[in-house]
Amino acid sequence: MTLRTQHPTAMSSRILQVGTVLATTILVLVSFRAMGGDVTAVSVDAASRVVKLYGAGGIRGLESYQTGILVSPSGHILTALSTAIDSEVIDCVLDDGRRYTASLVGADLRRELAVLKIDDTNLPFFKLSADSPRQAVGTRVLALSNLFGVAVGDERVSIQQGVIAAHVPLRARRGSHEAAYRGDVYILDCTTNNPGSPGGCLVTWQGNCIGMLGKELRSAENATWLSYAIPTNELALGLEAILSGRNNESLAGEREASEFDIQSLGLELVPDLLNLTPPFVEAIVPNTQAAKADLQADDLIVAVGNCTVTSQRGLRQELSYLIPGDPIQLNIIRNGRIILVDLGVVPSLTEHRGKR
Amino acid sequence: MQAIHNRTVTKETGRRVIIVILIPLLATACPVVFSAGNNDTLPEVLSTQQERIRVIEIAAKTSVSVFAGSSGGGSGVLISPDGYALTNFHVVQPAGIAMRCGLNDGKLYEAVLVGLDPTGDLAVIKLIGKDAFPYAPIGDSDIVSVGDACYTIGNPFLLATNLQPSVSAGIVSGVHRYQFPAGTLLEYADCLQVDAAINPGNSGGGLFNARGELIGINGRASFEKRGRINVGAGYAISSNQVQNFLGILKSGHLADHATLGATVATSADGRVVVSDILESSDTWRKGLRIDDEIIELAGRSVRSVNAFKNILGTLPAGWRIPVVFRRAGRPSEIFVELAGVHTPAMLNELMAGRRAPPSENKPGDSPKPKPNPLAPNPKDLPELIRKLYEPRFGYANFHFNRIELQRVRDVLQRRKSASEKQETSWRYQGQLAAGGSFEIELDDQSATISLPTGISRWEQAAADAGLSAEAGFDSSPPGSGGMLAALTMWRRLLIKGAQNIDGRITYWGQQPLYSTSTNQLADVLELTTSSCRSRFFIDEFGNVSHVTFFLGSSSTSCDLHFTGLSKRGPYWQPTHLTVDYDGDRFATFHFEKGEQKGR
Repeated sequence: MTLRTQHPTAMSSRILQVGTVLATTILVLVSFRAMGGDVTAVSVDAASRVVKLYGAGGIRGLESYQTGILVSPSGHILTALSTAIDSEVIDCVLDDGRRYTASLVGADLRRELAVLKIDDTNLPFFKLSADSPRQAVGTRVLALSNLFGVAVGDERVSIQQGVIAAHVPLRARRGSHEAAYRGDVYILDCTTNNPGSPGGCLVTWQGNCIGMLGKELRSAENATWLSYAIPTNELALGLEAILSGRNNESLAGEREASEFDIQSLGLELVPDLLNLTPPFVEAIVPNTQAAKADLQADDLIVAVGNCTVTSQRGLRQELSYLIPGDPIQLNIIRNGRIILVDLGVVPSLTEHRGKR
Repeated sequence: MQAIHNRTVTKETGRRVIIVILIPLLATACPVVFSAGNNDTLPEVLSTQQERIRVIEIAAKTSVSVFAGSSGGGSGVLISPDGYALTNFHVVQPAGIAMRCGLNDGKLYEAVLVGLDPTGDLAVIKLIGKDAFPYAPIGDSDIVSVGDACYTIGNPFLLATNLQPSVSAGIVSGVHRYQFPAGTLLEYADCLQVDAAINPGNSGGGLFNARGELIGINGRASFEKRGRINVGAGYAISSNQVQNFLGILKSGHLADHATLGATVATSADGRVVVSDILESSDTWRKGLRIDDEIIELAGRSVRSVNAFKNILGTLPAGWRIPVVFRRAGRPSEIFVELAGVHTPAMLNELMAGRRAPPSENKPGDSPKPKPNPLAPNPKDLPELIRKLYEPRFGYANFHFNRIELQRVRDVLQRRKSASEKQETSWRYQGQLAAGGSFEIELDDQSATISLPTGISRWEQAAADAGLSAEAGFDSSPPGSGGMLAALTMWRRLLIKGAQNIDGRITYWGQQPLYSTSTNQLADVLELTTSSCRSRFFIDEFGNVSHVTFFLGSSSTSCDLHFTGLSKRGPYWQPTHLTVDYDGDRFATFHFEKGEQKGR
């Protein structure tokens, strides 16, 4: 910025320069604030739209409390469908300590959502939209919830920070977490799904509601717990379905479930009578994938892809991880030799229904 | 994007304008693109990161890794250059009086137990071997907000075998949380909840804010069904609770928490009202009754039962606190001395970590030696520690009471409130606020007061003989609860500076002086003689501004409050004195004339 040659316009140019730098600084600072410089303000504002719920439970492993999100000014509360709200009396506590008794409006069994209602007006709420954009992986988020029931009385719900680690269908998680919901979820990099967290609110650092913390899910296989949230667009569809009395709404962008079974490939296994019945082929249906791949009766299936299977149950489980379009490659033992058999790809759901 | 550096601004203003618009847009839309190591990273991001690194570097130096051999270990944090450090009770309980502590300078230091608060899960230890330890400044936990950045620094899973502490970042998830005690121990009242990782081994370590101030002591986490690992909900004892107990702990005490002797409940209209009250409590004596609405406790508003428990849970037994309550629409304020949750004998058992049958310990008995790491045979201690340890009933380590007592003595000596010559008697004349004049004369062994209602006298010899108690002379003048005796004790303290004073003098701890506008805590000395017990509140300048006086074993107090200090000759003396007995105002004295004259 040293001035060497003075053009007639140099002075005005300098003023502009200084002005530009100033403006840049101010705008950057402002935008920094929007980026989440003020987590406190965002948290406090979001917490006013989140409620603590107290219902039935308290028995080992089943909590009697959870969280809910206010979704209308007239007291509609969206929460996770769980045993906690399976109660005649559901107590609801707002951020400012106001207490209500909530009634159940309806439930969406597929999304495992429930709508409750308290009687009041002009309540703060989050407006949920069915066309909310998907949040990018890496987005910084805040999770607000009644975790562990530590926020008693008029205390504010707990606030945790994290990052969206993935956006995937829930059932894509290997390890079969038991959940009815099979749509997309945000996987979070922090432990947000704790006792009391279901129904909690996921917001960005700008304070927009982008999802709801789901039920606690624990893998039956490796005992890990999943921290995830159901995205807002799915919530909006569920809310609309419940309020309009429809209950068979399909999930947004639902991926076709690959619920094909071994039979649909055209192969029959020996009767599964034992815990570890070996996956011996009993018979092959002509003109099917199995027949085309030249599978034969008495073949023993020992692997799906790279994964060894030792039982029919194991085989079914491995196949359940595949989604339409995935290649199906089996290793079999025939006459003491291992043979690789290519069965093509997993058929799409419609295609395979059509065949039936 | 480099264009926001002045140096690289180009000649074309047009380009600059585009840049001005672009940067904020980018910043808003995709904050994650600014990853570290990228040359295009915003300078603000880099400077924030540099600041964080700087803060953590300084804070990590104050982090203590506590190793207790086979008994486990934990964390701690240094709070003074002479080596005092905070940790959890549940860390030092298995460790015992002597422990080894590592700092991130790579050295191991011997440490000795100083004070214990089993109820609040707090302990003070002192590291030995350095004159200028790095230490953490203590912040104000009441101004911590949800969403504030925070760091936990400590020794999780005892990983710090190389003495380098682990650091975890997070946000404050909740403030003013209440975590129930186990029995009567390890109660976390008014604590901070964070999502920075707190794992086993982090116990006793520091919770720092973004400026590197110590705002809490990590000690607890919600675990339940997921095993003993962090699940994003950890709790820290607030630094303000630590401050309340620090004076008591640094002086070697076995601290106790407070009870009001009353329970509260939420009424149908949402008010916090007294639901039950002990008639033996000081609170009852001061006039609190069932159904009174509690408005304020120790200067903090009580809006819920939880708030009541939160406030009370952070206060030490023995504190004198204001309670504001409302009855029939009218508010009143009383000053109450808080009772302890435990008896000293119970605390002693709790310190040992197991409860003996109640018949074994009678109050006042000295404890029998038990195989207990917190009450060891001094012979078993390392040479260095043995010199710094003195067992005494009711204390974790009485050695440090002597040190604090000496510190206050020095403060008193420097202040020079009185001549050290004992042969002088003191005389005050002046007006009573209620009207009329008075005259007080104080000697070493006696005191006389002349009031419009008559003349009263107090004599040490009579008090010692127990003769005057029946005649009521001990509490003279009548209705004051022992004002003359209290003034005599006050005079003795000023003259002798707490040295060679008759009776047993100890350092009690620190207490707030609610009469002053500041929240400064005053040092409190306790003098016990055969006939009375006095507590002297000494401010940072060395002025004795308050005396609480108990006659015999009575729990009703005579409170002397001195204000308006001015210099009389070379000595600092008060100009106003108010006297309260059992919470009721006895009289207010304005000293118009005061002298210390030879006999």
